Amino acid sequence: MSKETEILEEITGSEYKYGFTTDIETETLAAGLSEETVKFISAKKNEPAWMLEWRLAAFALWKTMTPPQWQNLSIPEINFQDIIYYAAPKQKKVVNSLDDIDPELRRTFEKLGISLTEQKLLSGVAVDAVIDSVSIATTFKSKLAELGVIFCSMSEAIENHPELIRKYLGSVVPVKDNYYSALNSAVFSDGSFCFIPKGVRCPMELSTYFRINTANTGQFERTLIVCEDDAYVSYLEGCTAPTRDENQLHAAVVELVAMENAHIKYSTVQNWYPGNKEGKGGIYNFVTKRGICMGDKSRISWTQVETGSAITWKYPSVILKGNGSVGEFYSVAVTNNFQQADTGTKMIHIGKDTRSRIVSKGISAGKSQNSYRGLVQVMKRADNARNFSQCDSLLLGNLCGAHTFPYLEVENPSAQVEHEATTSKIGEDQIFYCNQRGISTEDAVALIVNGYAKEVLNQLPMEFAVEAQKLLAISLEGSVG
Amino acid sequence: MLKINNLHARIGEKEILKGINLEVKAGEVHAIMGPNGSGKSTLASVLAGREDYEVSAGSVEFLGKDLLELSPENRAREGLFLAFQYPVEIPGVTTINFLKTAVNEIRKYRGEAAMDAVSFLKMMREKSQLVEIDQALLSRSLNEGFSGGEKKRNEVFQMAMLEPKLAILDETDSGLDIDALRIVASGVNKLKSPQNATIVVTHYQRLLDYIVPDFVHVLWNGRIVKSGTKELALELEEKGYDWIKAEAIS
Ligand SMILES: Nc1ncnc2c1ncn2[C@@H]1O[C@H](COP(=O)(O)OP(=O)(O)O)[C@@H](O)[C@H]1O
Ligand SMILES: [Mg+2]
Repeated sequence: MSKETEILEEITGSEYKYGFTTDIETETLAAGLSEETVKFISAKKNEPAWMLEWRLAAFALWKTMTPPQWQNLSIPEINFQDIIYYAAPKQKKVVNSLDDIDPELRRTFEKLGISLTEQKLLSGVAVDAVIDSVSIATTFKSKLAELGVIFCSMSEAIENHPELIRKYLGSVVPVKDNYYSALNSAVFSDGSFCFIPKGVRCPMELSTYFRINTANTGQFERTLIVCEDDAYVSYLEGCTAPTRDENQLHAAVVELVAMENAHIKYSTVQNWYPGNKEGKGGIYNFVTKRGICMGDKSRISWTQVETGSAITWKYPSVILKGNGSVGEFYSVAVTNNFQQADTGTKMIHIGKDTRSRIVSKGISAGKSQNSYRGLVQVMKRADNARNFSQCDSLLLGNLCGAHTFPYLEVENPSAQVEHEATTSKIGEDQIFYCNQRGISTEDAVALIVNGYAKEVLNQLPMEFAVEAQKLLAISLEGSVG
Repeated sequence: MLKINNLHARIGEKEILKGINLEVKAGEVHAIMGPNGSGKSTLASVLAGREDYEVSAGSVEFLGKDLLELSPENRAREGLFLAFQYPVEIPGVTTINFLKTAVNEIRKYRGEAAMDAVSFLKMMREKSQLVEIDQALLSRSLNEGFSGGEKKRNEVFQMAMLEPKLAILDETDSGLDIDALRIVASGVNKLKSPQNATIVVTHYQRLLDYIVPDFVHVLWNGRIVKSGTKELALELEEKGYDWIKAEAIS
């Protein structure tokens, strides 16, 4: 065994830091999925009739569908009757202020580095904290309300802003879009809603932190962000789950709507439990994320740092409908041990003078498989559309795989599309050079990987970029090459 | 400071170093010369701890410690520096960031607190002036797209930043024009002190006009076949290596 392999095996073996469970009384629905389940969830949330109907229609549709098969993933068969579709921490009473949150839950989020006390929060970041199926707290709500910004849980939004929800829910990701979006539409339990009114630049980062706590539960959250004309918001999503031998399903839907000249920046630091070194356990992260640049000159930017989950199936996309609109996708996806990721984006150019940019950096270690899958589609009317795609793969060791599946569909001859792809390995030369300057092999890998991913990390809001850098280093601990 | 005793090293079945003996004391400058392929870079790599080479016999003592027992990073932290003949590129990592990591790792090893950003930048500024390297270069990805000369100058800059006890310069002069050579050499000279030592590996005597060695050694076929003072370098310049090879064989 070469030295390289040895170090590699040693580093690919670090422990997941967020694997603890919170011992709190939880109201849990028995496992199983039927119309009754859907009705139960809807009733639990005191939803209006139209919402229940929407869910039931989604459920009926889902039953006729089958899981997608085209991805480069080996997904064990999921028994949807074994999953718990609703689990919520029992809170003594209705939480009217942040001070009423159960101390145990507060501690849970503090352990995760998320403070639910407004004074202690990172200044400039408002948080919606979701545990299992429900949102337990949203900070800075009233301060944001002064500007007309709505930032609340999806449940509250259905209750308090039905006109907005009816208008936009399912407008970007239709219920029938795919198997998992249909499932989500039927059983989603919570999530976040953001609405930025015309002309408002949201003065703080909005963020949702998702936490799975209860065993055997699936998390099905729903996020909807609407930016009216000339509005701007930067939104961040983070997630973790306890260490468990059983796989857990997370099937979210995220929809973004940007009106004229609006800009939505959506960043994800995905750190679901990836399973252990032997590939046991971990989250199945099957997520549908899509934004529409509705208005002219609008812009949607997706940035994702994907380090967790046993299996990731995720393609944050942009429909470039408005003339002169811009779509961006910046991604770092790390897979280690037995993780599998099939992730990428779709850029659909409909309007004239639309531009898209794709920067994907895959990092594979251990025995993992990492695929980039991206579609660039230029429709007939999309004169002068431009796309630039850069898809790089970095391999640590010889047992992992990196794959690139770029698809291109161009129906307008004026389109300019550029695609670049590279595959590289961390060289022994690079590591030795670092060693010779006093840098240990592990730190050298972190340095090299962060350098490699820099273009993407630079897109993240400052505080999170630092976190993401550490996360990259941790996910690759034990995997040097 | 450094005592190399009967050092043998091989790569696979091929023996490259065949019994090197060399002693370097604090304050000294040693030049190692010799034709291509004689083992100069191998010697430098083995001292720095490159794993590709297997040390099959001999010992190396560095500042009272068994050098061969130390990991490459600990050798560096103990004060051994190698200016690479072929410096490596690291995309996305600036020289500044790279050196900040290196400096702080070395300080940590020595039980010193990490350097704050202000003092670090101040030190960067001073040292970059010392070796006349363009500050703008230091904010770029390490060695990526650097010219040959810029890479070499960056090596000497790193040496200035890390303040090693023993610096080994592996053909730092090759690829430099005469002005660059002068600047690099004067950088090395400014860093010289009675407490540290330098081994200069070179092909050409012209570098030794600027960095004046106390001793010159000729390495050929894995052995030091002749040692002398700086006059030996002049003699080599004039007569080439053949007479030494002939001497060594007989
Ligand atoms: N990685 C290697 N694999 C095989 N042979 C090598 C390797 N490195 C060096 N050598 C051989 O060892 C000998 C000495 O090389 P080197 O130390 O680079 O010489 P110098 O620096 O004096 O020119 C040469 O014959 C070279 O081909
Ligand atoms: Mg050489």
